[in-house]
Amino acid sequence: MSADTAVKYVSEITEEDEKRVAEWINTEEYKEKNFAREALVINPAHTCQPLGAELVAHSFEGCLPFVHGSQGCASYYRSTLNRHFREPAPAVSDAMTEDGAVFGGQNNLHEALENAYALYKPKMMAIFTSCMPEIIGDDLTAFIKNAKNKGIVPKDFPLPFANTPSFNGSHIHGYDAMLLAILQYLTEGKQVEERCTGKLNLIPGFDCNTGNYREYKRILEAFGIPYTMLADISDVFDSPLDGTYRIYPGGTKLEEAADSINGKATMTLGSYATPKTFSWIKDNYSGKHVSMPTPFGIEKTDAFVMKLAELFGKPVPESIKQERGRAVDAMTDSHQYIHNKKFAVYGDPDYLLGYVSFLLEMGARPYHILCSRGSKKLSKDIQALLDSSPYGKDGKIYINKDLWHLRSLVMTDPVDAIIGDTHGKFIAHDAKIPLFRFGFPIFDRVNLHRSPLIGYQGVINMVTTICNKFIDITDETCDDRHFEMMR
Amino acid sequence: MRQIAIYGKGGIGKSTTTQNTVAGLASLGKKVMIVGCDPKADSTRLILHAKAQSTVMDLVRELGTVEDLELEDVLKVGYGDVKCVESGGPEPGVGCAGRGVITAINFLEENGAYTPDLDFVFYDVLGDVVCGGFAMPIREGKAEEIYIVCSGEMMAMYAANNIAKGILKYASSGKVRLAGLICNARKTDKEFELVSALADKLSTQMIHFVPRDNQVQRAEMRRMTVIEYSPEHPQAQEYRELARKIAENKMLVVPTPLTMDELEELLMEFGVMEADDETIIGVAEAAAK
Repeated sequence: MSADTAVKYVSEITEEDEKRVAEWINTEEYKEKNFAREALVINPAHTCQPLGAELVAHSFEGCLPFVHGSQGCASYYRSTLNRHFREPAPAVSDAMTEDGAVFGGQNNLHEALENAYALYKPKMMAIFTSCMPEIIGDDLTAFIKNAKNKGIVPKDFPLPFANTPSFNGSHIHGYDAMLLAILQYLTEGKQVEERCTGKLNLIPGFDCNTGNYREYKRILEAFGIPYTMLADISDVFDSPLDGTYRIYPGGTKLEEAADSINGKATMTLGSYATPKTFSWIKDNYSGKHVSMPTPFGIEKTDAFVMKLAELFGKPVPESIKQERGRAVDAMTDSHQYIHNKKFAVYGDPDYLLGYVSFLLEMGARPYHILCSRGSKKLSKDIQALLDSSPYGKDGKIYINKDLWHLRSLVMTDPVDAIIGDTHGKFIAHDAKIPLFRFGFPIFDRVNLHRSPLIGYQGVINMVTTICNKFIDITDETCDDRHFEMMR
Repeated sequence: MRQIAIYGKGGIGKSTTTQNTVAGLASLGKKVMIVGCDPKADSTRLILHAKAQSTVMDLVRELGTVEDLELEDVLKVGYGDVKCVESGGPEPGVGCAGRGVITAINFLEENGAYTPDLDFVFYDVLGDVVCGGFAMPIREGKAEEIYIVCSGEMMAMYAANNIAKGILKYASSGKVRLAGLICNARKTDKEFELVSALADKLSTQMIHFVPRDNQVQRAEMRRMTVIEYSPEHPQAQEYRELARKIAENKMLVVPTPLTMDELEELLMEFGVMEADDETIIGVAEAAAK
């Protein structure tokens, strides 16, 4: 380094040092040290509870997400959603500061409720917490009751709330907790004996792919099954640009959500996504209750479609049957480009199960399978899937490991591609392999959240994306005499 | 500047002992500041002759922010030019009292309360070190000298041993040391011997045995220390003696806390506790007949 630069390194690192370390972190020796790591997490593949809570809060009509906690936390959830969808994520926080930490956040909550109610005219505010009020033990039940008794907001104004400590669980747990709180609030006293809406309540869980929601709706409409989506982000985070800003563009109607307790059937997707909500629904909702896997791949979509047919006594519509046929055709036409390819996959539990299922159907090998917030049960569920196919026999599962672990795995025991989210791009870059951005968040590609991954259409999308990428690589890397017109 | 923290079981007389000792130091010509680290805020009333000093956190509550607070709003000067600050805190049952202590001490540091002319800073800390906030006074760069106020009562000895465990944790990573036990006598049997023996086991000293005397209460009723109320009284002499010993104390140790069994053995040895009769454990009165 030149002598006149303003910043001086504490210790000089030579180019040789840099090169040596860069090579060393790709070795088996380093991998062992990396996996012996206990005290530190590097680049986890999950985020925190309140972010999930905010997503579900956005997805109800006229609902303003309300963060009880500090401002910086609120900005983080908002900007993460905002960067992923490239849409605004309007939410408020009661901006707890040092005095709030000492005296408790009731004053902050009350003042913010008053302001937000007057300024943003929401139909509902869904309140959830950041770390600080959880650490000091703020009593939201009492705070909210006091707010209503003081007349800060009208007594009948809906203020569901969830405790969502960031240091516990992940975004999917926060989603579950907030959804449960909202449904408990809205449906209270709404159950009517003998009444049946004739509808399906569909609960997809934490999912930031607006295309998936539209796809669910399209399938249900093809069936002629009336439905209530609990809850629907598709118009909130994929709203048309027509020159008018709307603070609450869409979302599940509150009356509809309230009436969901009188539904004909309620289906949750993904057994890890909304277990608390589902268990409460089983005890409280009218009609049938089923939990199905998130419909990734042919088999899981088949199960989803057949269950719909069974629950509503309707035949599978011809258009859906044809779609299935087209998906199978798309898989057949392209299978040779993905056959036996090894994949590293990471993400939320239900998405992971979906990736593995889809890859096995394609004759690809889910090889490194990683979840940074998972359980033994998840490990068993994934193993059962792997055991169902010869392509799963060398797949290994890593629970509660992070993306720095995954990097070691990919560098020492290479794969052909990674399926995950934007955070995996550094591994993909170093390993010089493609990254398929199917998860959340996606910060560095556009419009991917509009392209569905679930259902038969999702199969077509995934297989097209993956196979064409492998063909691109062939075209880009082959020598001239193998550069063919036909692939 | 020597920074000293006073710990001990709740109700043992930390605030009274601290203020009388500080008054003693002041009477020896020392410059002292007391920082009360207890939401109850009763660490300075005998020095200031006040019911309750307005605390750092009281003013923060009023202003809604720490930024607008001025040092002179919270720093009062009382008997013997002793500077007094109370951290204060939230109402019982809400918020985070520990964070209040952290906020208050940070405020004092940032606003220059620790002036170089001070000989001593005393932290009078809430009885139980329930969380990190109440260990703030013994973090790196603050109090390195700790006195534990105790008596010959069983629970006071348990508490003293527990506090020693806490000190040990901090001592292994920093400069915090146990400087001695102050026996605030309750007139229990063999109290002097028992507390001396405990001090021995902890590798420290019983720096002073403060006898029980109602003169302390008489002074307290007038919101005064004994030193100020009746400087000629023998009890005032006891506190001046304690103050002198603290000023001259060089015995700072990493404590060697006892295991529960060792502590109970010690208590049994002095007849404070009886040996467990295993045949009566968990047997209800009716069933015993």
